Amino acid sequence: MNASTAELWHLVRPERRIWWRLFLALLTGVLAAGSAVALLATSAWLITAAAAQPPVLLLLVPIVAVRAFGVGRGVFRYAERLVGHDAAYRVLGETRARITGRLEKLAPPGGLSSRRKGDLLARLVLDVDAVLDLWLRVLLPIAAAAVTATATVALLAVLLPEAGAAVALAVLVACTAVPWLMAQTAARAERKIAGSRGEVAAAATEALLTAGDVVAFNAVDDILSSFDASDAKLANSERRSAWSAGLGSALLILCVGGASVAGLVLGSTADITGAVFAVLVLTPLALADVLGGIPAAAQLAIRVRASLGRVQELLDSPEPVTEPAKPLPLPDGRDLEVKLLRVGYGADDVLDGLSLDMPAGSRVVITGPSGSGKSTLAAVLLRFLEPRAGEVRMDGVDLAELDGDQVRSVVGLLTQESHVFDTSIRENLLLAKPGASDLKLWKALYRARLGVFVEKLPDGLDTMVGEHGARLSGGERQRLALARLLLADRDVLVLDEPTEHLDEETGRALLADLFAAAGDRTVVLLTHRPELVPDHVPRQLVRLT
Amino acid sequence: MKPLDPRLLRRARAARVFLAASVVIGVGTGLLIIAQAVLLARGVAGVVLHGEPIVSVAWALGAVVVARALLMWAQEVVAQRAAAAVKSTLRRQVLEHSLKLGPVWLSGERSSALTTLLTRGLDDLDPYFARYLPQLVLAATVPAGVIAWMATGDLIAAGTVAITLPLIPIFMVLIGWATQAHSRRRRRALSVLAHHFADVVAGLPTLKLFGRAKAQEAAVRRVTDKHRSASMSSLRLAFLSSFALELLASISVALVAVGVGLRLVEGRLGLETALMVLILAPEAYLPLRQVGMHFHASADGVAASEEVFRVLETPLPASGDRTDVPDLRTTALQLYDVTVRYPGRDEPALDGFDLDVRPGEVIALTGPSGVGKSTVLAVLLGFVQPERGVVVAGGSAADEFEPTVWRRQFAWVPQRPGLRMGTVADNVRLGRPDASDDAVRLALIGAGAGELGLDKPVGEQGQLLSGGQQRRVALARALITDAPVLLLDEPTAGLDADAEAAVVAGLRAGGRTVLMVAHRPALIAAADRTVEVGTRELVNA
Repeated sequence: MNASTAELWHLVRPERRIWWRLFLALLTGVLAAGSAVALLATSAWLITAAAAQPPVLLLLVPIVAVRAFGVGRGVFRYAERLVGHDAAYRVLGETRARITGRLEKLAPPGGLSSRRKGDLLARLVLDVDAVLDLWLRVLLPIAAAAVTATATVALLAVLLPEAGAAVALAVLVACTAVPWLMAQTAARAERKIAGSRGEVAAAATEALLTAGDVVAFNAVDDILSSFDASDAKLANSERRSAWSAGLGSALLILCVGGASVAGLVLGSTADITGAVFAVLVLTPLALADVLGGIPAAAQLAIRVRASLGRVQELLDSPEPVTEPAKPLPLPDGRDLEVKLLRVGYGADDVLDGLSLDMPAGSRVVITGPSGSGKSTLAAVLLRFLEPRAGEVRMDGVDLAELDGDQVRSVVGLLTQESHVFDTSIRENLLLAKPGASDLKLWKALYRARLGVFVEKLPDGLDTMVGEHGARLSGGERQRLALARLLLADRDVLVLDEPTEHLDEETGRALLADLFAAAGDRTVVLLTHRPELVPDHVPRQLVRLT
Repeated sequence: MKPLDPRLLRRARAARVFLAASVVIGVGTGLLIIAQAVLLARGVAGVVLHGEPIVSVAWALGAVVVARALLMWAQEVVAQRAAAAVKSTLRRQVLEHSLKLGPVWLSGERSSALTTLLTRGLDDLDPYFARYLPQLVLAATVPAGVIAWMATGDLIAAGTVAITLPLIPIFMVLIGWATQAHSRRRRRALSVLAHHFADVVAGLPTLKLFGRAKAQEAAVRRVTDKHRSASMSSLRLAFLSSFALELLASISVALVAVGVGLRLVEGRLGLETALMVLILAPEAYLPLRQVGMHFHASADGVAASEEVFRVLETPLPASGDRTDVPDLRTTALQLYDVTVRYPGRDEPALDGFDLDVRPGEVIALTGPSGVGKSTVLAVLLGFVQPERGVVVAGGSAADEFEPTVWRRQFAWVPQRPGLRMGTVADNVRLGRPDASDDAVRLALIGAGAGELGLDKPVGEQGQLLSGGQQRRVALARALITDAPVLLLDEPTAGLDADAEAAVVAGLRAGGRTVLMVAHRPALIAAADRTVEVGTRELVNA
């Protein structure tokens, strides 16, 4: 957890126009909790006063008050939940939008394998939801409890200053020492179990991911016994840290009970009426209800902080590309020239001293084993990654002098795992060219050899493709991505292992279609299977090592 | 939704012990609550009516408060320990059962969902044990005791509580029932929102490619706004059930207080009894309200345990128990009319496949992707049970044999090998745990990976090795076994021509039976014969 509280606040801060809604949520929360306290206080007063058997008329006001507070608590609580949820969802939406804006600058995150990247993003999406918990279950309830408790203390202090002081002490401990204690014990427990928790997670992940290998080689028992060892360690440290779990809740009970006893002792000798005395003794009991949520909120706060910390950490990653302050206009020519390029992730250089000439309309096939820098080169050509030395020039203009979006308006990319959005085929295509006519869409589909397939679908262009295009086969997904790329009509096509997950025959057919459809565009094909390129295509072959 | 899953108690002993301890603590807490009310009432009434000294009552009251705090602490400690034990039991059971269900069952989304369940998912049981279950026990014990004690002092007040208390769950159920469709709609709206956000985040590189990424910030805001207003209208209804709970609880307390006050005025009730009743009345409703408040904890915990039981209650495929598996070095292997259909798919993954494998043969399985080549290997390994057809060895069907004994006849190189964290040698030794260093080195050379050091570290999921290296390590792992039959799924994908030639030579040298899925010409050329999968015409429909 490296992010500071100020940074996290910056991440989740509500917009100015949401503030009054949050305030309204707090106000209704205070009224709800206040009604609970007032209900018990007026009841205590009513009953003790009634014991003196005064005329019933004199009791009418407290009777009405008791009933009103009884109804008020329910009504205000309902209002609080509605207003609070509305406000919290607004903050969540705002935070999500803000994060999207920041991630846009970071995408695509470099240096991570695509699997890890998927996990990271899935985690991010869940972590951002902590904003809801932060407002609904941490900040608003704690604030409402604190305000209500302070008001209660003030009331009691008016009735009997000593009693007010005693209750103030109890409230102070409940609002500060209890959360602090919970945070301390939780952090201590977490420190103790974090290691073994990670071990168990790693062991379980590995066992499941290698399940086939493990079963095929009859190693299930070995794997389970090694899992047992780390699991037992985790369970043991969780058990050992259990003793500190309930300290906060126990302390809270002591505070509230202590306040009541103090009211009893102090009030018994004071010069006050019986009814006031009863109020002094019984009102602290209602505080149990008000302050009761604090331990849970404090506990949740730790998890919320961790979640938001992870989000912040991801957002703090350095931007892979610095956009020029004053980008040059896009040049007319499309000749690309790579000069002594050095580029890499982290401490390692993936490419060093690469020079390449790619005139407009040429066909360049770049091959080499995995890890030789093919995808890295693609990232540089798309201006997703900044060269460490050397440059890439388009018609003589260094790409670093151009805005990334400018570069990508003429350079397109097809990767081995093109993202297909969970919407219709039409929407997925329109992404590349908003407002394109159906005719254009069909044309692109036919050129990508997906036209017949889509035509046969009952819903045609409106067919939903499922999450990550799950309802399409790998080949169909690639062809949809290709159609999208063709529709976007870029002058330079960078193709990064477009045949990776396809079998030989399908891959060959895709490449043949691709080169045919490319026309007079430049095609840069990065592949470790150059033999799939149709023989009739004239090309320049480059080997990376 | 069941508040407490009996399967949880059946599966985990720790859960039963915990429940018993919680009942004891719950009864103790109930008694202390009553004692506290009695002492407070006596103290206040004594001072107000007679000006009695307060010291002894105050001491007793202090003792009660301390005892309540101790019980609270004990409850949480017991809950934590129980949660730790239950989670450990379930983790182990889920992992074992899912490994037994096999890799085909585990494939795709399921494996990552299970990983989540085993790591973070089960932690949802912590609040379930720490907050929800104890409150459930208190809700079952405290109100009854409190009402009974109130009845000894004031029958009318006790009656008021006794009548209104059961109304709460009844109203909650009725309202919950009536708003079910709405809360479903709300959940859907919320998950649509989260899903949209996830989709945008995952697709940002693609959006950026088409110059559409900068528009996404506004798009996320717009979609969120739209769905928020939809979900708020559902929330208005969904919150009604908790509204009913809060309102009934506080109105009832008000009713009791006013009723008691009026009876006091009429002189039909003493002050001490009246105060006792007033203090106890909210306590009767408190556990029920707390249960409602911890609904989240319960929903998450129940969802986690349901996920667990969905896995544990998936029946294991039937398997034989014969251990006299014929030696495939000398015995032929036949597949007759094997048809496999994966759950949820209409089309069979493999349809009426026949194959005759003679000992020592090298066979290449070819055909376009998706035709079921890998499925042939999965059937032989027993990862998937054919819907129709049979695998025969030496006159017996394969499924008569004990699966682990049967699998000793095979060594497998999957399309995407799962390597384990450790060293290259550790991974090769999965094939033969007692292999010497020399044997490991020999296997690596045979797999065309002679350049890899035995102690070269392998990271999580094979990281630190390139894709080609991983495949060759997996090949060495298969070569080091003494299994008579090698099942290889594209063993040379991702290798360059030289490495491929080395691998092919290594395969031929062993003299073992080889059944391999092959796309690449060099590999196909190395086979004795080629079998095209998926071309058989279906004559008898």
